[in-house]
Amino acid sequence: MTISVEDVRTSRKVLAEMDYTPAKIDKGYAGQSLYVNLSEARIEPKTVTQEMKDIFTGGKGFGLRYLWQAVTPDTKWNDPENEIVISAGPIGGITQYPGSGKSLVVTLSPTTGSVIDSNVGGYFGPYLKFSGWDALELQGKSDKDVVLYIDGDKGKVTLEEIELETGASHLISEVLTEAFAESEEDKQHISVVSTGSGADNTLIGMLNFSWYDPRRQVVRMKQAGRGGIGTVFRDKKLKALVVRFSGLTGKNNNPADFGKIQRAGVKIHREINKFDDVQCRMRQVGTANLMTVMNDYDLLPVMNFKYGSHPEGKKISTEVFISKFTQNVYDGCWYGCSMSCCKAVDGFELKTGPFKGEKVVVDGPEYENAAALGSNWGIFDPDFIIEANFYCDTYGIDTISTGTMVAFIMECYEKGILNKEITGGLELNFGNKEAAMELLHQLGQGKGFGKIAGLAIRRMKKVFAEEYGADSNFLQDIGMEAKGLEYSEYLSKESLAQQGGFGLANKGPQHDEAWLIFMDMVNNQIPTFEDKAEALHYFPMFRTWFGLQGLCKLPWNDIEPEGNKQLEEANKVPEHVQNYVDIYNGVTGKNIDKEELIRQSERVYNFQRVFNLRLGFGRREHDRVPYRSQGPVTAEEYESRQERYDGQLKELGFDIEGMSTEDKMKVMRKHREDMYEKLIDAVYLRRGWTNDGVPKLETLKALGIDFPEVVDVVKKHL
Amino acid sequence: MILVNGKEVGYEDGMTVKRLLEKLNYTFPMIIVRVNGKLVSKEEWETFVIPPDAKVQALHQIAGG
Ligand code: SF4
Repeated sequence: MTISVEDVRTSRKVLAEMDYTPAKIDKGYAGQSLYVNLSEARIEPKTVTQEMKDIFTGGKGFGLRYLWQAVTPDTKWNDPENEIVISAGPIGGITQYPGSGKSLVVTLSPTTGSVIDSNVGGYFGPYLKFSGWDALELQGKSDKDVVLYIDGDKGKVTLEEIELETGASHLISEVLTEAFAESEEDKQHISVVSTGSGADNTLIGMLNFSWYDPRRQVVRMKQAGRGGIGTVFRDKKLKALVVRFSGLTGKNNNPADFGKIQRAGVKIHREINKFDDVQCRMRQVGTANLMTVMNDYDLLPVMNFKYGSHPEGKKISTEVFISKFTQNVYDGCWYGCSMSCCKAVDGFELKTGPFKGEKVVVDGPEYENAAALGSNWGIFDPDFIIEANFYCDTYGIDTISTGTMVAFIMECYEKGILNKEITGGLELNFGNKEAAMELLHQLGQGKGFGKIAGLAIRRMKKVFAEEYGADSNFLQDIGMEAKGLEYSEYLSKESLAQQGGFGLANKGPQHDEAWLIFMDMVNNQIPTFEDKAEALHYFPMFRTWFGLQGLCKLPWNDIEPEGNKQLEEANKVPEHVQNYVDIYNGVTGKNIDKEELIRQSERVYNFQRVFNLRLGFGRREHDRVPYRSQGPVTAEEYESRQERYDGQLKELGFDIEGMSTEDKMKVMRKHREDMYEKLIDAVYLRRGWTNDGVPKLETLKALGIDFPEVVDVVKKHL
Repeated sequence: MILVNGKEVGYEDGMTVKRLLEKLNYTFPMIIVRVNGKLVSKEEWETFVIPPDAKVQALHQIAGG
């Protein structure tokens, strides 16, 4: 699987090109988008209209707007009309405030059939904008593998055929970085988007966004993981996107009030410096700081979300990962991120697969990956997790979906739904490291049982029921997907609000819309349906805003300013909300307040809901969740926490004396499912939607998104 | 009996904030503790004795993974 820089350079064959004068950025916007039609090898600039900026703001908002215009209600993920849109928002690319270099990626998902979006680090989004493009729209399908190269220094875009005979994303990123850099120093000016062979062979392909780490002298990568975006990328025969931009100054956004941005930045850098070591330790261990916490609070998914903790959890605790991660190196995924949480393991020797024996740098594992590829498979071995993380990344498959769906397979195996005959000899019991790693390689290489596993849970449920005679109700209960997307790695059984946070999320059960478990389950701060509905309005809207701006969520609440704890609404971190208002106003010259910030999100959020409707989803029935996310499906789960569950039933007034576990489970299920329905009623009401989850016309009007084509879609459901 | 975040928890004589958090396995590093409405700083957790029948808030300051 080796490819040489020389081969890359000599094999370059230009299929289409466009020279351009990079637009001067004005208050966060380039004012132009780059459109590429891969079927026709056509490259064109597009003007970004004022309406785009006013209504859709940027980032994910731009992605949704362009995608809406590109597709029809009948478009499928693998139709040529489907687009992949990548955009940083107006704030994206500032270097004074931590977490400001994200790219937002939007497409139609192979697993959900609807819109998916992903927020990813790496340098691509900012470099794309500073090369003159607010967004990149990729439409059509090439008939051969192609690479798109955007040279922001020279003002040239080329669509090229390049020989890249590898399905390993880390090698593609490395070799393209070297081949396109004009010198050693120039490597920092390159960012590559690529995926691996797993994206050709599964529906859960993801995209790696790179940056060059000059201290380690390696290419690092962050992932746009969810919903199969990498699969769409390969379906279009895209091998990679490369951007080059060398003029980074810290003022490239040409902000309206630089001082305002700087002041907010100085404040938060000080907080991180002062408090991070005693708060989340993001600089030491990144999001893996949650491993111990989640295990302690019974929230760490263990064995397909059956349990929330395990005695062996300590083998993959936060402290263990601290000892694995290389310390005292700057690990930001964009310039100026003093939170620098992108930890890495240097010199890790691989024990399996095509790179067995090689020493590599492994990015992460982050919390999600460690839970997905470890505890959820009943595996408590940090080196296994690191290796699995490396291979998911280089094969280009989503760690979260891989984790959740292999956990599902393991439970099906233990229940006898699957057997060795079906799995091609793999004994996929929980905890079987060899079999799990082999399945991961099969997924990445499109071999054996990996071909079935790569269909992801929703389609697997169908296959297991139709071909292996499994009980489809049971599969529905234990298959941790909703809307076709696999759950991310938190146990929501004991938090009704979080059940809604997952179930009501526009794209499917990813925690980036709402993480309310502590507020709800531990703090008991949102006891009524109205309280929960308010939280399920505010937090998803607030968090959506990061995706409009090209921002990372972590510096919002993974560091807490002094005095925050005294405040009434400490969970919102009001001082940081004000920072965001300030940096937005500082970049764009506008004068929004924290209420308008939420309205910006509401416009895009509701537009996305209507987009789902337009594609045949987006109603109440699509917000249903598997019962495993709500309560104990099996007697073993109930009995493992019998004291808790019995206590809850007694509190509800049930006389449980003499009741069997099955009877208790039945009444508990009825109660929990009723509660979920009531929660949905309250949230829809708060969001200005009908009882079927359809945004009302007056809601759309109040938000200024009552365009005729939006109203037409909604009217059909009123 | 004391109330912690609105839920009943068994009281122990001389129970400090530190002991209560240990008992509940509240290991999260960003917790705010109020006893009968009064903020108890982290430095006082080891020595602050919770009175019987107290209302305790142990608020975990995070809104999101
Ligand atoms: S907090 Fe971490 S993920 Fe977010 S921008 Fe900074 S380094 Fe990247």
